[in-house]
Amino acid sequence: MKEIYLINARIIDPKNNIDEIGGLIIDSNGTIKAAGKKVANGNLPSSINKIDLKKQVLIPGIVDMRVFVGEPGYEYKENFRTLSNAALSGGVTSVVSMPNTNPVIDNVSMVDFLKRRGRDKSKINIFPAASLTKNTEGKQMTEFGLLKRKGIVAFTDGIKTVQNPEVMSRIMNFASQSESLIMQHAEDNVLSNGGLINDGEISTRLGLKGIPFLAEKIIVERDLSFLEEYFCRYHISQISSKKTVSVIKKAKKEGKIFSTGVSINNLSLNENDIGDFKTFLKLSPPLRTESDRQALVESVNDGTIDVIVSDHKPEDEESKRLTFAQAATGASGVETLLPLALELFHNKSIKLNKLIAALTCNPAKILDINKGTLNKGADADLCIFDINKPWVVNKENIKSKSKNTPIEDRKLQGQVLKTFVKGELVHERN
Amino acid sequence: MAIIKKLKAVKKEQNHLLGIQDLSYPQISEILKLAKTFITLNKSDSKKLDILRGKTQINLFFEPSTRTQSSFELAGKRLGADVMSMNIVNSAIKKGETLIDTAMTLNAMHPDIIVIRHQDSGAPNLLSQKVNCSVINAGDGRREHPTQALLDALTIINRKGKVEGLKISICGDILHSRVARSNIYLMNMLGAEVNVVAPKTLLPHSIEKLGVKAFTDMKKGLDKCDIVMMLRLQNERMQGSFLPSAREYYEFFGLTPDKLKMAKKDALIMHPGPMNRGVEIDTNLADDINRSVIREQVELGVAIRMACLKIFCKSNR
Repeated sequence: MKEIYLINARIIDPKNNIDEIGGLIIDSNGTIKAAGKKVANGNLPSSINKIDLKKQVLIPGIVDMRVFVGEPGYEYKENFRTLSNAALSGGVTSVVSMPNTNPVIDNVSMVDFLKRRGRDKSKINIFPAASLTKNTEGKQMTEFGLLKRKGIVAFTDGIKTVQNPEVMSRIMNFASQSESLIMQHAEDNVLSNGGLINDGEISTRLGLKGIPFLAEKIIVERDLSFLEEYFCRYHISQISSKKTVSVIKKAKKEGKIFSTGVSINNLSLNENDIGDFKTFLKLSPPLRTESDRQALVESVNDGTIDVIVSDHKPEDEESKRLTFAQAATGASGVETLLPLALELFHNKSIKLNKLIAALTCNPAKILDINKGTLNKGADADLCIFDINKPWVVNKENIKSKSKNTPIEDRKLQGQVLKTFVKGELVHERN
Repeated sequence: MAIIKKLKAVKKEQNHLLGIQDLSYPQISEILKLAKTFITLNKSDSKKLDILRGKTQINLFFEPSTRTQSSFELAGKRLGADVMSMNIVNSAIKKGETLIDTAMTLNAMHPDIIVIRHQDSGAPNLLSQKVNCSVINAGDGRREHPTQALLDALTIINRKGKVEGLKISICGDILHSRVARSNIYLMNMLGAEVNVVAPKTLLPHSIEKLGVKAFTDMKKGLDKCDIVMMLRLQNERMQGSFLPSAREYYEFFGLTPDKLKMAKKDALIMHPGPMNRGVEIDTNLADDINRSVIREQVELGVAIRMACLKIFCKSNR
């Protein structure tokens, strides 16, 4: 591989507090040799070939902590190849894949299968998560130590929550010895039973059973109480309500150490968008009120929330062309994650460096992986985008195998132009 | 391709009765006015008209129903339509066919009207996007039951002359009731003042935003009202944890002569049926011919459904 010289870009690397015009050199191993303002035309030999990025933005490749892939079991919804294409077109170079497959990723042999498929079929970095409990049944914990040794970066039951407090307390107690990362989807099943959308005026009008915010808050409060007694690496996958934000702020003030994520959907949409029973907006956690959304946005800005995820959950048309109660939950989103996040920068809701940090170095730090920065020696996983380019989301242009985007026809500003993985240009938009 | 897209865009807007929320005031007036003419017809010896001759009406009931289904069936037949009622229990839906597939199958038989009742809120809306005929909602989940609200309005107008300015108290399980929601929308639109009365566990979130006053004290909720609209309390609600017992419910939310005293002297008692005597309503009050209009509601139900079938079928083709 030859060295590649990228020059005249706006380099943003929140980890190193960099936001400047400069360049980046990729060495022959596909790692970063140098980055920043020092890499400029004048400092480089005139004989070599340089790619002039014309002030476009260059950031570390995006790390998406919550992505569902259909392999194994649901290949008709998404396979590694289609996921890879979708991710790269959105500048996402690393994903944490959820274990809710068929069979569930809960043992060592499954990890080998995933790694092999991921390597052969995709160009992105796949960091598989294994389930917290066998078959995500919430009863018997999985082999954290052995799985971690095989390369599992995080443990979560994905769309499910460990309901039994005794099991959860033991998981947190045991996980600390292998320093495993525990990620919880916070939802009390009894309180949310049969619920379809946020419990509020819209659920009353549509006659749909509501999911109260308490279902989320109560699990977060429970787990944070456990964390006091059984310290471990603990991450709340996604939160959706203002009240949960207050709980998290309070706990952080008390000095508790943990991290929190939010789905781009909960930052960009609210319950009113459900309109006339749009099943593409049936999500978990549900879209809540505008004031909840604003509280979440503010929490990304002030650092209460660490990570923004796409919660990319591909669902085929057949699973969505049903009544709201019967339709599948989840939305496709990995390829619109960055452009939709940029909307929050353009409308001055979130500062650009906070936004980029929540998509790159923050998730990498939580996962303890060597990604999300432009450090010298790091893999040259890069995302280059035009921050102002206007475009319209069109179902037909979606690269994911499933087309269940919640933002069809939305006008966005900002589009990914080039994506590099380990120094290789793997996506380019003309 | 472009031409096909254009053709699709100009495809005639279908006319459906999905909920009171979608109706305009003139549409409601038209339905009520037409229904009045059918009241007399239904009492006469020769009840049959040929307004819908040659039209096909399919009743698609996914939930058990006696009065609504027979009322729609009778209404269609009196207007001369061919009426077919699907027996869901024996149908492919029980074998796992989706609503859309069922709809497409039925659609291939060229019906003019499909009357649907479904346990899922929004099911009629979904159906209406997929078929070429009119869809009439006969109750979906806990969302709407438009013809019930319309027949309630007709009953009130028949007795009181108008709805405007009246005070209407809807009492009982508001949370799970599509009848309550449709009535709240309709009575508000017709200019009534609407109260809802229920224990807190059976009041939906933000119900006051629908334009009602909520009461947990039935006597206060019935104060000087003109209409007492009782709702059915389903037994499974009592076995769940919404309420301690039927006895406790009856004590505080059952309609008894004592509580009824708070209402106006000539207040009417309504109930969409079927009734649980001794649970939500005192059995003597239910049969009090001076106060209870429960049987009249059933009678006028046929007239309302005839009017809806005629209006929504006609405007469609």
